[in-house]
Formats: sequence, C-alpha cells, structure tokens
Amino acid sequence: MDHAHDTHTHEGHDHGHDAHAHHHEEPGFWTKYIFSEDHKMISRQFLLTAIFMGVLAMMMSIFFRLQLAWPGESFPILNYFLGDKWAPGGVMSPDMYLALVTIHGTIMVFFVLTGGLSGTFSNLLIPLQVGARDMASGFLNMLSYWFFFISSVIMFASLFIEDGPASAGWTIYPPLSALPQAIPGSGLGMTLWLVSMSLFVVSSLLGSLNYIVTVINLRTKGMTFTRLPLTVWAFLVTAILGVLSFPVLFSAVLLLIFDRSFGTSFYLSDIFISGQALEQTGGSPILFQHLFWFLGHPEVYIVLLPALGITSEIIATMSRKPIFGYRAMIGSILAIAFLSFIVWGHHMFVTGMNPFLGSVFVFTTLLIAIPSAVKAFNYITTLWKGNLIMSPAMLFAIGLVSTFVTGGVTGIILADSALDIPLHDTYFVVAHFHIVMGASAIFGMFAGVYHWFPRMFGRMMSNKLGYVHFWVTFIAVYGVFFPMHFIGLSGVPRRYYSNEAFAMFDNTHDLNVIITGFAIFGAIAQVVFVFNFFFSVYKGKRATQNPWNSNTLEWTAPVEHLHGNWPGSLPEVYRWPYDYSKPGKDEDFVPQNIPLSPGEVENH
Amino acid sequence: MIYIVILIGILAFWQLIKVYEYATIINGSKEETVSESDTRFNAKMMMVFCVAFFVFCIWNFWMYQDKLLPHAGSENGEDLDLLFNFNMVIIGFVFFVVNAVLFYFASKYYYRKDNKATFFAHSSKLEMIWTIVPAIVLTVIIIYGLKVWNHITAPINEKESIQMELYAQQFAWTARYGGKDNVLGKTNYRLIADNNPLALVAEDPNAGDDKLVKGEFHIPIGKMVQFKLRSRDVIHSAFMPHFRAQMNCVPGMETEMHFVPKYTTAQMREMTKNPKFNYILLCNKICGAAHYNMQMDIIVESKEDYNKWLATKKTFSESLTAEPVATTEPAKEEMKKDTAITATVEEVKVEEKK
Repeated sequence: MDHAHDTHTHEGHDHGHDAHAHHHEEPGFWTKYIFSEDHKMISRQFLLTAIFMGVLAMMMSIFFRLQLAWPGESFPILNYFLGDKWAPGGVMSPDMYLALVTIHGTIMVFFVLTGGLSGTFSNLLIPLQVGARDMASGFLNMLSYWFFFISSVIMFASLFIEDGPASAGWTIYPPLSALPQAIPGSGLGMTLWLVSMSLFVVSSLLGSLNYIVTVINLRTKGMTFTRLPLTVWAFLVTAILGVLSFPVLFSAVLLLIFDRSFGTSFYLSDIFISGQALEQTGGSPILFQHLFWFLGHPEVYIVLLPALGITSEIIATMSRKPIFGYRAMIGSILAIAFLSFIVWGHHMFVTGMNPFLGSVFVFTTLLIAIPSAVKAFNYITTLWKGNLIMSPAMLFAIGLVSTFVTGGVTGIILADSALDIPLHDTYFVVAHFHIVMGASAIFGMFAGVYHWFPRMFGRMMSNKLGYVHFWVTFIAVYGVFFPMHFIGLSGVPRRYYSNEAFAMFDNTHDLNVIITGFAIFGAIAQVVFVFNFFFSVYKGKRATQNPWNSNTLEWTAPVEHLHGNWPGSLPEVYRWPYDYSKPGKDEDFVPQNIPLSPGEVENH
Repeated sequence: MIYIVILIGILAFWQLIKVYEYATIINGSKEETVSESDTRFNAKMMMVFCVAFFVFCIWNFWMYQDKLLPHAGSENGEDLDLLFNFNMVIIGFVFFVVNAVLFYFASKYYYRKDNKATFFAHSSKLEMIWTIVPAIVLTVIIIYGLKVWNHITAPINEKESIQMELYAQQFAWTARYGGKDNVLGKTNYRLIADNNPLALVAEDPNAGDDKLVKGEFHIPIGKMVQFKLRSRDVIHSAFMPHFRAQMNCVPGMETEMHFVPKYTTAQMREMTKNPKFNYILLCNKICGAAHYNMQMDIIVESKEDYNKWLATKKTFSESLTAEPVATTEPAKEEMKKDTAITATVEEVKVEEKK
C-alpha cells in the first residue's frame, strides 16, 4: 500500500527509498534462497517443490498402470521401489495398489495443481502484473511456502511408515478412512495424511489472503479492474474460492480426526467390524461427503481457473491478437466460480441423497457448461485470423483448449443424474476428470513454465525440447484417457486392483495394455521436460527483457531480479493488456505502460 | 515382463541421447525467439494430429462398441441407454466440430512476417449466439435427463414388489428375502452373531420367515424388485452394471433401489451369444484390500423357477436352530494376502452353492 501510494505522490522519494533499501540489505544465502520474502523467489520454491512432487506422483501412476495392464506379473522395478513387503517378488500387493492411487490423487490435486500451480504463478505474476513491489505481506507469503513445504514433507514421509500411507482413496470417505481395522492405511498413514492436509489448508489460506489483498490494494496507478490481465483475474477468483472452501475441508478433516482419535461419532454409526460392535451411533458418513465436496468441487476450479487464465494470456500474446471477449471472459470466470459452490451434490447422486435434491444439482451443474462453452469459443475466436507464433507455451495452451472441450463434453453425461447411475465410480469418470481437470491444468502449468521461464530465471528454455515434450505429452494424454472411456462404459469400476475376477471385463482388457503403453511413453516425455528445465536454468540462452513482445507489466521490469521489481518508480498503466496488432500502430504490440497517442481510443 | 522393463530402459536411453543432441542446440544463437520454420512445422503438425486423433477415436468406437455392456436387462436400463445415446450424439458432434475448428485455425493462421492479425476484440452478436445456443441445448438435455431420473427414482408400491435386502460387508454380499409376508424384519447391528450374520431382531414377527442367501440370488422376470441396502462396516456400493442400477450401502442408514428385470439369464445368454453370461452384483465403492473381488451372481428366471428355488432355502428361524450360516469374523482378519482373500470369498461362494 505504502509503495503504491508513494508512487502517486512522491515519485522521487519512492525511488530513493527503494534504492537505499536495496543497497543496505544485501541478503545472505539464507534470506535470499531459503527464508525469502521475495515473491519471485517464493514462486520458484513452489515450482521446484511441485516438480518434485509431480515426478513422484507420476511414477506412482506408472507403477499401478503396470499392475492394471499385466495383473499379477512380476516387475523387478516394483520390487526395487516398493520393497519386499509391498511388492513381494515384484508383484504389487492390493494394499499398496490402493495406497498408490490414493497418494497419486492427493499429490496431483493438492500439491501439484493447487500448491504448485497457484503457488508458482499467483506469486510470480500478481505483483509483477498489477505493478506492485511485492505481495502485501512478504512474511505471510514466506509462511505460506513453508507450511506447504512441511505439509509436502509429511505427505512424503507417510510413504515410508510400516503400515503404508493413507489408502482410502484421495476422497478419504469414512468409515474406511476412520477405522484402522478396515484397511491398514487408515492407521498412522491416515493420521499423517490428515496432519499434512491441515497444514496444506493453512498454507493455502495464507497464500490466498495475500493474493486477494495484493490484487485489491496494490494495483499501480491506472491499473483498473478492467485493465487487469486475465491471469490476475483468474488468480484473484481462485484465491477467493480457496478462502471460502478450504476451511470447510479443514472442518471435515477436524471432525474425522475427532472420530478417529477421541471416540466421537460425527461420521460413524452402527458399525460392526473385527468381531466387535462399535459404540458410535447417530453419525453419518454422508455428512463427510457433503463437507468434502463442498471443498472438492470448487477445488476443481481452483485447479482449472489459473490454467485458463494463463492460457488466455498466452493465446492472446502468441496470436498477436486481443483476447476475444475480454469482459465475457471475466464474466464467465465469475459465473463458473459462483456456480462451483452449488454443484457439489453431483458427486453424490447414488449415495442415497434425496432424488429431488439430486435434480437440483443436475440443473446447477449443467449450467456451468454455458460459461465454459463461452470460454472455449472465445479462445478459438482469438486464434481466428491471428498471427500465431508456435512457442511451446502456445502449443500447450492450444492443447489445453482441446482437452478442456474433450473432457468437458463428457461432463454433460456425468452431470445427468440418471446417466450417472451406471457410470458412477467407473473408469468413465476417471477418464473424464483426468482430461478436463488433470490434463488441462497441467497443460496450463507447462504453458506457464515455458512462457514465464525467462521472467523467472532470466534464461530461455529450449524450444526444440519443448516441442518434443509437447507432442509426446499431448499424444500420450489422449492415448491414455480416450480409450479409458470405453473401459468405463463396459462397467469396470475404478480402484480395482485387478479386473481378472470378472470374466466380463476381459472384453476391454487390451485397452488397459494400450493405456499403460501410452502412459510410459508420456512419462518419458516428462524426463525431457525436467532435463530442459534444469539445463536451461544454468545453461539456457540469456533472455531479453520482453522475449515474447508482450504487453503486460512483468516484461517492463529488468531481467535481473531485484527486490521491489522495478528500479525506479512503478510503471503507470494507460491501457488494457491486449492491444495486439492494433490498427494504426507500427508494432504489433503496445505495452500497458505506453500512454494513448493523441486521438487513440481505448477500445475493448 | 523383463522384456518390457528392458524396452522401457532402451526407450529411456534413446530419449536421453536425443535430449543430449538437442541440448547442444540450446546454446546456439538465434535471431528470433521462435523461428518461422518451427512455427510452420508445428502448425502443420496440428492438422496431422487432428486427423490422427480422430482416426484413433473412430477406431476406438468401431472396435469396442460391441464389447461394452450388453443390452440392458431392465426397463429402466433401456431408458438410460436411450438417454445415453441421445446425449452421446450431441456431445460427439460438439467434440468433433469444436476440435476440428480449433486445430484447423491453429494450423491455418500461423505466423508470417508480413501478416498482421485482425484486431477483433469482441462481438456481442457472436457472444450472444454461443451463450444462447448451448443454453437451449442444455435445456433439452436437462429436461430429458430429469424425466428419466424422476421415473427411475419415483417411489413404488412396496407391497406389490418383491422386498429384498442386499447386505454388504468386507468382502462379501448377503441377500435377504422378505419371506412369506414379503416384509423384511427389523435389525439391530449389536445382534450380529455366528447364527445371525445380518443382525435380525428375532422377536420381530416379520423376521422369522426372512431368507438369507449367499453366492447367488434369484429374481423373477417382469416383477418389480425393491432392494434395501445396508452395510456392516464401511461404505460399499451395490452395482449391477447389466441392469444399469447402482446405489451405495452406507453404514448407519438404509438406502433403496428398484427395477423390473426384463430378460431372463437364459434369454440374455442367447442375446449375447455367450453361454457363460451371468448378471452380476459387484462392489463399486473402495472398501479395502479385496474390494476388487466382492461379487455375487444374479439369476433372472421365470416366476415358477424362482419360487421353486426360494422354497429350498431355510428361513431365519429355521437357521437359528441349525448350524451357523456364516462366520461373524470378516474374511480379511486372518487372511492378509490377497490370494488368500480370493480363496476365502470363493470358498464362501462354493459353500453356499452346495
């Protein structure tokens, strides 16, 4: 606030003050790289942690894909990684299978696509794109990362305990997650999961509050809400969703902790297990599902909106064209965000919830298709008659639009409560959400990394390797998840250790082999990405200040990171961020800090 | 399987070499951030991918349309299949058209130095069109979908339907029939014992004639069957894919589903040309280590055969005096290994079929 205020009134003073501060506090190793309060460093910390967790969760998926394609076969690699207890003779045990799918889901949804995606790009881009010196509170921002880090460490540690990690599915429905008698993973493993997720909620709240305050209060002069880049709009709305929904997950987790440790019966009732009738009565497992999905559905958009925001920015920049329907894009972000809070029941059509209530959720859920369709059509219209530069980021952005559409349309089937009856919890659902949420969000994240890598590390990533990475990943995503719909349509339930117990599932078994093949193919492409990433950090070509000829403010700051972002006064903003190929201009871009020329109208 | 690992290894090694080759390019100095030839190549690839992707999709449909679930075994299921096909046509159309347009634009409008993009920031008319058209289509989808949903979930006359219970526990199903009075007796979970696995209240006059079966259960063709669902321990889900029917079994509460079987098992065997075809009940909510093998066969037959079969089963009061029906202890306690669990489930099945 102070800084922004300063720039308006005493620009000279502001300049002096900052240069002064910078000169005096030459940060040591610890304050610069570890306990940094600088948003750019924190953003890199989030990204590195997310890459580590992502590689881990991807390896898990390859492990259980091996089991699904060749059930009961011996793989030395499984024995090597999982040990004699969990993969005796190289054959994965059923308990380990469930643990792997659980932790794969948890890490991907929360640690990679929530912490990793929002943590990296909200941190990097919000201050730089709104023209602020840093986040509103650097200290809370640092805490946000370190809570995330501790939470990641605990989740990682839970893989190494005797009874194995949590294994009740990433949705941890009680009573399975509440009773160690029911599954070994519901012992210490689940306790660690709950502790880890509680800390994750703290991290998310600290981060989100910071993002919201920064966007609202620290916009530079001239940066009105209708001049904000769509990235910032997406991050802002995402943060609001997080602040409103994560506390509900925390309450769900807290009640579960009480049920597990202190004998309460919020979720437990009339249970007879291990030869013993439990004392708990009067609770309801359905209550947990309501609480969980009250977070769980907004969570889908917490994952997706930042990716869509990043895509908007990249598609406009690389098409050399204004984003089509800027205000409609903002409107649809807001509409999606609002609707995401009143659709959670579509996860519960077959739980015994009142069918009338179910029909209400059908209605609200299908409404989301309208703003989603508007977004997809607006992206495509932005490409129309553009001048498309195919950077790796652009490829991933186009890929995102494709997966968003392909995965989105099957959502129309699943949102129909009647059709959900035979498809609920089958591989059709797995295919749907992996394409629409998993692939789209990770594509958005990759696009963001390629696009803002020069901003983060001052160097360029290799385009050629980026192309290899994109095409292999894109082919693999569809190769894995498109055939999966058919497995679901033949009635195969998810979370089955093996489908061999049912002769009827043999029909689609060869698809499982194809899927695993594509999954391994796709995993190899990620090696290329990781290599490109780390190699370019040290050896990449040095970046120019504005390598993509972009309009947004982050490219007006010097390549070298400095605390406070801009050496002199903060840039002022005179126009919206999408003046690409504006008629009457020599260049095909006009950055936001360039004043309108005489007679020019700000048209959008 | 070792070959597969070796194959992965070779692939990885080959990729690494490639990576190394490309890495040398990274430092090469280039004028543009993205070269025009790269842009052109990737734009062309968009169209190649689009065609290959569509071919792959159509191949999937072509190869697997007959290998999915067979014709629905219940009237509700037939309605659902019709609704599904209706929706599939709509979303299939959207899927192909929108993806085709996307890839076409991406491959057509690639960067040329002397080109300038069209400054086209918005058009109220276009935006209205693609708000209103999806809205209308969705209205149709919602109305049709809810019509089927309301029909399937509408309350039924319990007295005129066969009253049954499906009872789930780790990792087996038990079916219970209402017996002569067609009323299921009351239960209390604390009463579970060796000779009373479903915790029936023996004093309840409706409980004595109830019949418990394991391994497989029979239902007559053309008659409404109502299933009450209960669970002993964790959440399970009673899923009968052939009838397109599913409902969760939740500990502490009773849930319900119902349908009318339309084809007997014998008829379905003929229709599917598969002499081994069986209707099946399986668990579709993660419930523990042997979740993947928690099943029960369903036989649909004529009313006479059904009555004959049911008459051979003991009532609850008869079984109270006889030997235990099943052990209280869930199978998993003494059996940690999955093979052992499979074996136990099989044993239980065989035992009950005797």
